[in-house]
Amino acid sequence: MSVPIIELRGVSKRFGPTYDAAARLARAVSRRLGAVPKHEIVHAVDDVDLSVARGEVVGLVGESGCGKSTLGRMVAGIMPPSAGRVLFKGHDIAVMAPDRARDARLKVQMIFQDPYASLNPRLRVADIIGEAPLVHGLVKRADFDTYLDAQLRRAGLDPAYRRRYPHQFSGGQRQRIGIARALAVQPEFLVCDEAVAALDVSIQAQILNLFMDLRRELDLTYLFISHDLGVVEHLSDRVLIMYLGRVVESAPTEDVFSHPNHPYTQALLAEVPRIEARKRRFTAIKGEIPSAIAPPPGCHFHPRCPHAMPRCGLESPRLREIAPGHRSACHLNDRI
Amino acid sequence: MTTATLEVRNLRTHFFTRAGVVKAVDDVSFSIARGQVLGLVGESGSGKTVTGFSIIGLVDPPGRIAGGAILYQGQDLARLSEREMRALRGNRIAMIFQDPMMTLNPVLRIDTQMIETVHAHAKVSHAEARTRARDALGMVGIPSPDERLAAYPHQFSGGMRQRVAIAIALLHHPDLLIADEPTTALDVTIQAQILAEVQRLATTYGTALIWITHDLSVIAGLADEIAVMYAGRIVEAGAADTVLDRPLHPYTHGLIGSVPSRNQRGTKLRQIPGTTPSLLSLPPGCAFRTRCPRADAACEQEPDPSQPLPGQTTRCFHPLLAPPWAPVPLAGEVV
Repeated sequence: MSVPIIELRGVSKRFGPTYDAAARLARAVSRRLGAVPKHEIVHAVDDVDLSVARGEVVGLVGESGCGKSTLGRMVAGIMPPSAGRVLFKGHDIAVMAPDRARDARLKVQMIFQDPYASLNPRLRVADIIGEAPLVHGLVKRADFDTYLDAQLRRAGLDPAYRRRYPHQFSGGQRQRIGIARALAVQPEFLVCDEAVAALDVSIQAQILNLFMDLRRELDLTYLFISHDLGVVEHLSDRVLIMYLGRVVESAPTEDVFSHPNHPYTQALLAEVPRIEARKRRFTAIKGEIPSAIAPPPGCHFHPRCPHAMPRCGLESPRLREIAPGHRSACHLNDRI
Repeated sequence: MTTATLEVRNLRTHFFTRAGVVKAVDDVSFSIARGQVLGLVGESGSGKTVTGFSIIGLVDPPGRIAGGAILYQGQDLARLSEREMRALRGNRIAMIFQDPMMTLNPVLRIDTQMIETVHAHAKVSHAEARTRARDALGMVGIPSPDERLAAYPHQFSGGMRQRVAIAIALLHHPDLLIADEPTTALDVTIQAQILAEVQRLATTYGTALIWITHDLSVIAGLADEIAVMYAGRIVEAGAADTVLDRPLHPYTHGLIGSVPSRNQRGTKLRQIPGTTPSLLSLPPGCAFRTRCPRADAACEQEPDPSQPLPGQTTRCFHPLLAPPWAPVPLAGEVV
C-alpha cells in the first residue's frame, strides 16, 4: 500500500489557561497556604489516529465541542498538536526543514464554515485569491491575470468579478471565493470544516456538486467535517464519528449507515431527521454532551448510553477492529 | 371540520425602503387548526420569518402590513391596537426564535424573567407565579427546575436555553405557537429532544404550531401541512405527504431533489441553478421562472393559486402533474 497522504499518530490537543506573572504569583501563594489551585484543561482531541489515502474522502462527524474542528485545524497545520505527530506523505511536518515544511503546508488547505467571516472584507477578490500564489512564486506577475481568471472560472465565478469586494457577493458565491482561494495554491488535500453548513439547501447542493467535480478534476483528497450526516453520507468514502475528543467509530460509509456499532453512532443515526420519515415520534437520548473540562471517566458516552455497564465507568474502551475496515470503541464488543 | 385557530388571508407585508418597496410577504394565505403543525418552508429571504413576525405583530418600520387579514378567533390581528395586541402576545400567541437570547435577558435570572411573564397576563400571587414557572421548566425537560430557576441564561447550554425560551412561550398555554427555526443552531441529539418536547406539547394542549424552517427533513417528521415559500409567496401548499411525495411546483421539486439523502451516494445532486433573486428586482411574472426548467412565455404573467389536484394548491402554469414524475433534467451550472 502506498504512503497515506495524511497520517495522524496519537494526536492530542489540550487547551489550558496561560498565567501571567501576577496569576503565577497568586497561585504560588495559595499553594503555599495549602490550597490546591484549579488548573482546568480541555482535552479537545484525545489520542486520535487517522490515515487518509490519496483520493479518499473522509467524513468527520460529531456534535459541537467534540473536537472535530480542532482535529481539522491540526491536519491543516493551522494549529500544532500538544502530543502526537502529523505526517504528510510519511514525513513529520514539525521536524522538516523550514522550506520543505512550507511546501508541505501549502499542499494542505482549508475551507471554513462561515463565508462571511473567512474573507477579508477590505480586499478585492483578485487579492484574496491571488495573493498566496504570487507570494509563493506559483505564478509569475506576467501570467497573473490568466491564472486568476482560470481560478475564478474553476470555482464557478465570473472572472469579471475580480475587482469586487466580498460584501458584493451572496453566501454561496462567497463560499466559491473561499474555495478558489484554497485551490489557487494547488493543494492536494482539502480540509472542509462545515463548508456547506451556512448555506441554503439549493446553494448547498451547488457547492457539494462543485466539490465532487473538483475532486475528479484535480485528484483531490478531502477531510470533510460536518455535523450533517446526510451530507457526509453522500460525499464520503469513509466516516469517522467523534465524541468528546475521541474517535468512537470509523468505517466505510455504507457500513456506518447500515450497521452502526457504537451506541452513540446508533443514537445519532436514529435521531437524524429524514425526509422519508413522516410524522415520526422523536425520541431522544437522555442528557447533554458533558463538559470537555471534566469528561466522565471511562467511556465518555457511558452516562448517556442505554447499554452502560459498571466497566464502562472505569475503563475507557480501545478503538479496535470489529470487521474488516470497521473500528469501534465499545466494551460491548468484548462480550461475544 | 374543526374551525381554524388562525386564518391568514392575502397577507401583504411590505418594507418601504429608500431603494424601493420590498414585498417580503406578498399575498400569502393559509390556515391552521387546533393541535395542527404547519411547516412553513423556504430559503433565506423567502419571507417565512416576516410572515411569523406579521402574525405576532413584530414588524418594525419601514415595514408594515400593507394588506390582507390575520384572523385569530374571528378578530383581525392586523387591525388591533398595540394595547390589544400586547394582551394576546405572549398569552394566546407566542413565538420562539432561532436564537434563544432573543427571548432571554442576559442580566436577569430565569425566575425574574418567567415570573414577570406570568404576571403580565395573570393576576396571581408571587408564589403561584413561581410555581407555574417551575412547572413550565419541568415540562420542557429541564432537570432540577427548582434550582435552575435561580440561574442566569449564560449558565445554560444552547439546548437548555432554547428549552427555557420554549418554557416561557408555553407559560400561558398559548393557542398558537410560532417557532422560527428554533433547532437550526442545535446539535442533532439536542434537536431531537426539543422536537420530542414540542410534539408532546402540541398534542397535550392542542396548541396550533407554525414551524418555520429551511430544513425539509425536520418538517417531514413534524408537520401535518406544508407551505413552501419563494420570494414572498406561497408557491405550494398541501398535506405534508402529498407535498413531499408528489410536489407540483418545480421549486418544491428542486428543493426536495437537492436533499443529499434523496440522491444516490456520490452522484451529482439535482441542484436548482442560480440564486434566489433580490426582492427589490424580481422579474415580472413568476419569480421562479429564471431558474425554472419548465418556464416558457406564459410564465411572464403572474400565476394565480390553483388546485390542480384536490387538497394541493400551487402557483404555477406548468405544475408537475404526470405521475410518476420524472426527475427534472440537470440544468447547467449557472451562477
